Amino acid sequence: MADATRDPVTGTITTGHEWNGIEELDTPIPRVVLFFLAVTTLFSIGYWLLMPAWPLGVTYTKGLLGIDQRQVVAEQVRDAAAERASWTAKLGKASFAEIAADPALMRHVRDTGRTLFEDNCAVCHGVQGKGGPGFPNLAAGSWLWGGSPEAIAETIRVGINGTAKDTRTAQMMAFGRDGVLQREQVLAVASYVRSLSGQTLDATEQARVPAGKEVFAANCVACHGEDAKGQHDLGAPDLTDANWIYGGDLQSVVNSIHGGRMGHMPSWEGRLSPTDIKLLALYVGTLGEAKR
Amino acid sequence: MREFFHRKLERSAIGFVLAIIGVSAIGGFVEIAPLFTIGDTVEKAPDMRVYTPLELAGRNIYIREGCYACHSQMIRTLRDEVERYGPYSLAVESKYDHPMLWGSKRTGPDIARLGGKYSDAWHVAHLINPRDVVPQSVMPRYGWLMRNELKTEDLGRHLKAQRAVGVPYTDAQIANASSDAYGQASPDSAFASGVSERYGDATNVRAFDGEPGRLTEMDAVVAYLQVLGRLTDAAHKQAATAEK
Repeated sequence: MADATRDPVTGTITTGHEWNGIEELDTPIPRVVLFFLAVTTLFSIGYWLLMPAWPLGVTYTKGLLGIDQRQVVAEQVRDAAAERASWTAKLGKASFAEIAADPALMRHVRDTGRTLFEDNCAVCHGVQGKGGPGFPNLAAGSWLWGGSPEAIAETIRVGINGTAKDTRTAQMMAFGRDGVLQREQVLAVASYVRSLSGQTLDATEQARVPAGKEVFAANCVACHGEDAKGQHDLGAPDLTDANWIYGGDLQSVVNSIHGGRMGHMPSWEGRLSPTDIKLLALYVGTLGEAKR
Repeated sequence: MREFFHRKLERSAIGFVLAIIGVSAIGGFVEIAPLFTIGDTVEKAPDMRVYTPLELAGRNIYIREGCYACHSQMIRTLRDEVERYGPYSLAVESKYDHPMLWGSKRTGPDIARLGGKYSDAWHVAHLINPRDVVPQSVMPRYGWLMRNELKTEDLGRHLKAQRAVGVPYTDAQIANASSDAYGQASPDSAFASGVSERYGDATNVRAFDGEPGRLTEMDAVVAYLQVLGRLTDAAHKQAATAEK
């Protein structure tokens, strides 16, 4: 190998390697790169000293600052709760009527309630609370278990057909599948139910209504009531209004009667604090306001 | 020219190979050494349950469909995450996750505490077409989960493989894996009682996809999603202690 020589064009020392007349310059590493290498090395040494860094068997170097991210987050959550306490304390103690009469508190209900609702409730009930197939509309004022803030708060707390011990339970029997009603009876009562909410029926359906009325009186009134307006303490829906959870066309109503229904709403106790549940109950109550 | 150490080293083939092995072993050591003491560093959770065969099958489908690419299962120690999702994740909660599915990217939300948050019917509707229930969702449809029958005959071997890497499945659990998978999704069948017997009363036994007679991939996925964050109360207990 040839010795390192000085390149005549650039004046830089070469590495001494030579391939077919091509030589390689031995350019030194730029100063700025070495500078940043030194700075970042010093920074990392400082960081190792100050912050938790190295594992040592069952423990680790705790760092001179004594920072523990678990404590940090616990403190931050506590501080945030303390900040909100200016109004959450009031909200927790006041009755629903008192809160509804207090515009300042209701502003918090609308702001915070919206976030809570979107995070927890909106995937089923929709951002505007209008529900969808199988998920009740909360903005229509047609309630299964009562629309007072107290009733809504209780429904949120225990859920419906949920896992909580005192959950609300409601089940519509599978009248067709379990053989309680024959096919003609199911069709007849479906047509009768549709007539209750003032839907336009064709001649075939019209003819079935009187027979359906008898079937209804014998099988359905226990839960839905003689006037078919439902009962809040049984979770039985009102059949005379325009709101349908599972659809109000003939096929949907027949499906509901044939196969029964048993909706499920999870219990939120434990996942949401009592104040959050109270706040949500009031917020859900405001969902229908936009319509009115 | 002065003969630097490195100049000498790179001219010796064996010496240089040994040097490369030595340097690259540092990275491996830093990753592997903490595992030597993992038995002492992971929190204790005596109430920790194992995945049932049906939940494990759902977990395998979760991996197959690449759900982890958009959903994390790791609530970090940050205020916004703790306030939105619940108590931060503990190491012990992933104790029986082989491999772990913490994920590293959230196109969808974190689902570490999803279990019990929504109804089975919602999960089914949402997996068939997310936009039916969440109009602004960008999640793909997974309608075939409802059409595909769940393959159960190899579940015993899956349990066995999990046992080989440290999940304490019993011989009875392995022997009954296929029938337990069927029983967990068919509450009225003769196989249902064995599931609670072998996996504890807290196990969800119900027709997850809404069709009791048929065991579909939907049953498995929903069973898995409904048990996320529910295998132990350790994180909730820790959060309660931290508040005091």
